[in-house]
Amino acid sequence: MSSDWFRSVAFRRVLVILLLAAAWEGYARFLGDDLLFPSLSRTVAALLESTRTGELPSRLLNSLWTLGMGYAAGVALATLLTTLAISTRFGADLLAMLTAMFSPLPAVALLPMAILWFGIGQPAIVFVIMFSVLWALALNAQSGFRGVSPALRMTGYNLSLTGWRHVVHILIPAAFPSILAGLKIGWAFAWRTLIAAELVFGASSRSGGLGWFIAEHRNELAIDQVFAGMLVVILVGLLVEIGIFRTVERFTVIRWGMQR
Amino acid sequence: MGDIISMNKVKSLEPASAEKPLLALRDVTLAYADAGRRVVAAQDISLDVVEGDRIVLLGPSGCGKSTLLKAIGGFIAPESGTIDLAGAPVTKPSPDGMMVFQEFDQLLPWKTVLGNVMFPMVASRRFDRATARERAMETIGRVGLEKFSGAYPHTLSGGMKQRVAIARALALEPKMLLMDEPFGALDALTRRRMQHELLALWEELRFTLVFVTHGIDEAIIVGSRVFVMSSHPGSILSEFDVREFGDHSRADPAFARLEGEIEDMLLERKQRGPEYVI
Repeated sequence: MSSDWFRSVAFRRVLVILLLAAAWEGYARFLGDDLLFPSLSRTVAALLESTRTGELPSRLLNSLWTLGMGYAAGVALATLLTTLAISTRFGADLLAMLTAMFSPLPAVALLPMAILWFGIGQPAIVFVIMFSVLWALALNAQSGFRGVSPALRMTGYNLSLTGWRHVVHILIPAAFPSILAGLKIGWAFAWRTLIAAELVFGASSRSGGLGWFIAEHRNELAIDQVFAGMLVVILVGLLVEIGIFRTVERFTVIRWGMQR
Repeated sequence: MGDIISMNKVKSLEPASAEKPLLALRDVTLAYADAGRRVVAAQDISLDVVEGDRIVLLGPSGCGKSTLLKAIGGFIAPESGTIDLAGAPVTKPSPDGMMVFQEFDQLLPWKTVLGNVMFPMVASRRFDRATARERAMETIGRVGLEKFSGAYPHTLSGGMKQRVAIARALALEPKMLLMDEPFGALDALTRRRMQHELLALWEELRFTLVFVTHGIDEAIIVGSRVFVMSSHPGSILSEFDVREFGDHSRADPAFARLEGEIEDMLLERKQRGPEYVI
């Protein structure tokens, strides 16, 4: 009984993190080259320093704001396309063709054109983020709606639920596992796309995001800050994945037995 | 055998009693297009169901019995003929005829047992929330699941899921209960128990039941009248009054005799099948 905590998932996770941290610190000290590979302790110190000066938080906020706008636009467009796809045959054909064409195209590849269209700055990044979310979400949501079992659909019709009431009471909850998966994949795409786009350019005046923070400090050869920036990218990714999506899953699709 | 079939063609048109029927089918033909070809699922079906009747549509897979049930529920419009419920034509699905399907996924996985049973009452706007909750708890108690009212469907066994589906349909007090092979996916023991429970519920509530099955014994036990159907196209071969048989009569020699008679009828029809396929 006393060894239960030793076997718990949380304990094993912490153990892995500690091992990785020790390996990082040990290797960096062995290398002794702060310019190429700063140690964990230096990275954490740099992180605290730029947090204290307010530079890193403001960059992070900037990134999250941009991401939020792009994500919201992507979700809105995906909703529109999916609605069209499940209500008309033309919409379904359109969505199938568009997703087939555009999902293999990395959103960042659109950046050069987006800059021409929208100018250097936030609108161009918002555009590519929207693009990265759109196809993943629309494709998942559509397959979710298609997969709603006939018995469930008929149960809805049996109660005289038609039109939007059928959608709200039956289709959306029944397709929710796929919709949530789409939102999750969309988020992961969006976050990567955002950082990549900001790295390529992304500072209009002095208000760039996290990617720009990394690029800027690399140019200044403040490599510990570069590492601090990357650490924040990872932490935000983990936080959203575990803090938001896993929690939502636990209280919805896992509780309902729709996903294990 | 041949004369029984021709005799019963006439007999099946006669209502079982002089009472005004709750459900009346007149010359109903159901057809659908499959790859551009017209497929007749049921042809010239006429039958009457009085209130409190338990009729069973019995036949092999593909004889159109499920399609006929769906037409009675308003899910499919007949190509010709009329389906009247309480004097008004059935044009679309409505809570007047609540369906119970074979599939376990007919329950809403995102709602608890209580939520599932309340859902039709609230969604159809026939009851307010408080009344719906009260009625739901009562019906859940009737099917013996009061301990599970807070459980989600995926944690229940197949039999329990079907009990929830039955409770969900009954709580609304529909004009009729339409069951499409509801026990088809259950193991034999659970199926027998469910047949018993369904009859006990009927004794209590006296709902009107239209029940579809391919199990001959199930048809005789559950029904008060059994309509034997044949395929290509689906039509009624014969009607049997089975009121005297119930859950208690499994060992009754008359039960076995009737079971054999119906089986012969279906098998003979099947052997002669090809000439009807065209």
